[in-house]
Amino acid sequence: MAFLSSLVNGLSLGSIYAIIALGYTMVYGIAKMLNFAHGDVIMVGAYIAFCGAQYWGLPPVMCVLTAMLVCTVLGVTIERLAYRPLRQATSLAVLITAIGMSYLLQNLALQIWGANPKSFPVDLVALPGFTLFGGQLRISGVTLVTVLANIVIMAALTFFTSRTKLGKAMRCVSEDRGAAELMGISVNRTISLTFAIGSALAAIAGVLLCSAYPTLQPTTGSMPGIKAFTAAVFGGIGSIPGAMVGGLLLGIIEILSRAYISTELADAIVFAVLIVVLLVKPTGLLGKQVREKV
Amino acid sequence: MNEDKRRQRTKMVTYPSGAVIPERDLGKSPVLECSHLGIEFGGLKAVEDFNLVLGRTEIAGLIGPNGAGKTTIFNLLTKVYQPTHGSVLIDGLDTQSMTVVDVSKAGVARTFQNIRLFGNMSVEDNVRIGLHNQIKYDMFTGIFRLPRYFSREKQQHEKAMELLDIFNMADLADAKAGSLPYGAQRRLEIVRALATNPKLLLLDEPAAGMNPHETEELMDNILRIRDSFQIAVLLIEHDMNLVMGICEGICVLNFGRVIAKGTPEEIQSNPVVIEAYLGKKKEAGQ
Repeated sequence: MAFLSSLVNGLSLGSIYAIIALGYTMVYGIAKMLNFAHGDVIMVGAYIAFCGAQYWGLPPVMCVLTAMLVCTVLGVTIERLAYRPLRQATSLAVLITAIGMSYLLQNLALQIWGANPKSFPVDLVALPGFTLFGGQLRISGVTLVTVLANIVIMAALTFFTSRTKLGKAMRCVSEDRGAAELMGISVNRTISLTFAIGSALAAIAGVLLCSAYPTLQPTTGSMPGIKAFTAAVFGGIGSIPGAMVGGLLLGIIEILSRAYISTELADAIVFAVLIVVLLVKPTGLLGKQVREKV
Repeated sequence: MNEDKRRQRTKMVTYPSGAVIPERDLGKSPVLECSHLGIEFGGLKAVEDFNLVLGRTEIAGLIGPNGAGKTTIFNLLTKVYQPTHGSVLIDGLDTQSMTVVDVSKAGVARTFQNIRLFGNMSVEDNVRIGLHNQIKYDMFTGIFRLPRYFSREKQQHEKAMELLDIFNMADLADAKAGSLPYGAQRRLEIVRALATNPKLLLLDEPAAGMNPHETEELMDNILRIRDSFQIAVLLIEHDMNLVMGICEGICVLNFGRVIAKGTPEEIQSNPVVIEAYLGKKKEAGQ
């Protein structure tokens, strides 16, 4: 039963990683850049939801919606101001800018909300949990909401990218930006849309993360951000199902190693698994083989 | 039937400005006007003083040895490159401040020398990408599957099928574009370009890699497309059979400069062109 319980916890953490990983993988797939500030957008989302509940007295649903709205605007603004001017620059310049943006967001949060950890309102996701096997296995409301949210988001995104006009436009920008433009698809608009979706999802992930681990500080987003990035690479960066698989596996591996091997070594084990996977399959679990043009 | 049509030479007429266009396009404004168009890459003049006027339904050819600047001209016309000199008017509109997307919306579509289909997407989806600016709905309509979503998707599907029918490709709609045979990929690129509802179609080596039979078919199809869509076609091609067979006006480039212009007959007998292609004859041989 302890194993099952760990598995459920792993699934829950993995779902959060998967939602964050979507942001990384979509932006990478379409804009061909690593948005290292993504983890910090999660943190901002969590702070906004925190303020909504604590200071503005908003109902839980409104807290989440406000966080999503603010993060969407934030994500699109970051792209517009920091990344778009570098569209023709080397990928290294964009990468460094993204890291700078990450520290900027962290320090702004430090200025606005202070260094003291805030305790996130755990009743924000107020859904009663339930028990199975005569009380031996407890599944909390947060876990349930997290896993459900992940499934809904994945289904919606898969539908969006494969069955709608804008989703297809995103896929073709990801495949051949130049040809897409010549077909009349605005690359800038498509990239903005990608950032908007990724950042809105980051807000949801922020709320779910802090509901499960209710300590909120300016660096809250960085470690989950790195791990979700790992999950995206693990599953095959650029692939939406890859983000799902990578996120879930990473979450489960992390919780199981914490439970059965060592709490201290859990993170090390996670990254060791990543290294092994990349050695065996460099494109990640579901990644596509990139054909090099000669 | 088309065979005979090809043999009937178009009567070309001269504008007061000196531009030559087919007689049937005389009453209509030209679809493309390039004047003194040029681009330099770090001092290298890739294209210099390029002038061209295309009639509404003209089929024109751009020929010249490799590296003459033919594809560069396509890139200038579509704003992939920004010209350093001169101007391009599309349907009377100056493209000076236009982006690649604006040019597409203004009515220019192209195919590529090295095929650039969206290989991982289906044949139908490739055509639908071309329809992106023709049949529209917003993101929320898409996500929440409002009635409008279904009607627009249906419209897109029907239009895509209609376009694929031009080349009898409707039964391939669900195939992956990247897995089609080479010739079919070339045809799909033309269909995708037509989906953007162009006034001017730019074809970059449409017959490359095709066998003589396929090339014959392609020639008929280009004529058919011009007639049914009433558009102008500018094509780059090395296959002289195709160029001399269907082009009404031909422009010959060498080292970024126009060395000759005229009808197929004029070009075939032009000594400067022969020299550019075959090299100068030795004195003794003359």
